[in-house]
Amino acid sequence: MDLVQMQKSLQDYTKSLFLEGILDSQFLQLQQLQDESNPDFVSQVVTLFFQDSDRILNDLSLSLDQQVVDFKKVDPHVHQLKGSSSSIGAQRVKNACVVFRSFCEQQNVEACHRCLQQVKQEYYLVKNRLETLFKLEQQIVASGGMIPPVELGF
Amino acid sequence: MKNGCGSGSESCLSSMEEELHVLAVDDNLIDRKLLERILKISSCKVTTAENGLRALEYLGLGDPQQTNVMKVNLIITDYCMPGMTGFELLKKVKQESSNLKEVPVVILSSENIPTRINKCLASGAQMFMQKPLKLSDVEKLKCHLLNCRS
Repeated sequence: MDLVQMQKSLQDYTKSLFLEGILDSQFLQLQQLQDESNPDFVSQVVTLFFQDSDRILNDLSLSLDQQVVDFKKVDPHVHQLKGSSSSIGAQRVKNACVVFRSFCEQQNVEACHRCLQQVKQEYYLVKNRLETLFKLEQQIVASGGMIPPVELGF
Repeated sequence: MKNGCGSGSESCLSSMEEELHVLAVDDNLIDRKLLERILKISSCKVTTAENGLRALEYLGLGDPQQTNVMKVNLIITDYCMPGMTGFELLKKVKQESSNLKEVPVVILSSENIPTRINKCLASGAQMFMQKPLKLSDVEKLKCHLLNCRS
């Protein structure tokens, strides 16, 4: 695949993530913070998000598996995940967290279990898609090309 | 943006040349990183703190043996933090008898709750801003602060 084709693929791929609602405009904000002095800013922050989220999801699984669920422990975790996903533009993860929190408030254990599954699903989806996006970017850079700007008409 | 910041009087211009030193407080690592980057791009010097206690230490309100006390021009703090909330941090700063109480404090929150906003503003918060923060938010904030200074 030549450079122009790779760049077009990346643009199309990125666009699809927005169209599917997996990413929102906050991700564009993140990209605006990247420049020659900080060329890996987006992938650094996203990597932090992955590490943080893996830990939170693990803690959530453990907390919800207890005989007696301590919602005082569960809610702050979901709040944190909601915050970080919102900050990087992972819209569907954030939305799933909002639903999760409302069931935490109701102290509905069963619903919370379902919510956790939903959050995990959305998280693995965005993780997978972003990892693919970064790979595409790396291929372009390795071929000596520039990452084309995202044009979405937002 | 220069036009938006007043008539270009001497005090306004000299204020614009000073670098703002911002103390950025947030328990969320990702948000801290973002805030730091946004502020640096906006030509601010940034010190980050992961909770209210660390923030108070940097401000000289912690341990009297504290050596890394610094002068800040602005405090930006998340509202929702475990332990000391941003609101509690705001109150501690504002009830100081020293010059510290003049330092503007901006509260950030992901939740747009009117009672929360009002109580922060009533307790002396400079501004209440919604997360996630955008680059344009900080530009507006700087302009607002520099207007207030001159």
